[in-house]
Amino acid sequence: MEPGRPASQELDEESAGWLRRLAAGDGSERAAAERDLHGTLVRIALAEVRRRAASSPVTGPELDDLAHQAAADAMVAILAKLADFRGESRFTTWAYRFVILEVSAKLGRHYWRQPLVALDAGEWERLPGRLGLDPAQHMATKGVLAEVRRVVDDELTAHQRRIFTAIVVDGIPLDALAARLDMQRNAIYKVIFDARRKIRGALVAKGYLDEPDLGDDE
Amino acid sequence: MMSEFEALERFLRTDPRDVGCAEALAILHVYADLIAAGLDAAARYPGVTVHLAACGPCGEDFAGLLAAVASEQPGS
Repeated sequence: MEPGRPASQELDEESAGWLRRLAAGDGSERAAAERDLHGTLVRIALAEVRRRAASSPVTGPELDDLAHQAAADAMVAILAKLADFRGESRFTTWAYRFVILEVSAKLGRHYWRQPLVALDAGEWERLPGRLGLDPAQHMATKGVLAEVRRVVDDELTAHQRRIFTAIVVDGIPLDALAARLDMQRNAIYKVIFDARRKIRGALVAKGYLDEPDLGDDE
Repeated sequence: MMSEFEALERFLRTDPRDVGCAEALAILHVYADLIAAGLDAAARYPGVTVHLAACGPCGEDFAGLLAAVASEQPGS
């Protein structure tokens, strides 16, 4: 856990204005603020899907639809969590975070409409390339790959092995796997993080790598 | 370090300061505002910096948030 989570701050003028308008007793003022916020979120979502277009499984008008859906869902979440805003950032930055994360999650779910590789494909022959290893160039590579496979088979649980294989071996995007397995991104990241440490330790023990992580706490 | 396994080394290297996705995403807006203001976010949140460099999806979200913040700046 990172120390020093930000405390509540005194609001800057613009952020205070957003909060005042979005919580206004006057329905017409609140509705106008919500329209303004929604318009801003749509602009940010459209820019974000275009920024990610090259690596996105979604193209054309569908990408714009996804942006509008992300903005709408972010809007609902923001209004529901308005009381949680503590002023540790500008209000708009806090609000943009919602829409950026919505875009991420929706793109992850869309991966499965036209997946580049099926879940549980287990295309282990691709692993050398993914790890930057060339068996033809280095004699030790075969032993390294065998040790990686041994750790995955012997030291990971079936659940961890499935996740490692999907992410590292088959190259399925992390958010796509999270959507498919109904898991949090953090849980998948932790599985991969722990697997990396185990594999590294095994390769050091076998003499394939020279030294342990200097910053590692093992 | 054996240079022929450089990419593998990079992939396997873990940093215990890494706070993980949940913690990093929880304060992504704070971190982005610090960066946008030219302040030393890495000194204040070293574990978030480590995580954003190591986690592709969180790094991508951060890049998107920073781009969104930058789009508000005059002249952008």
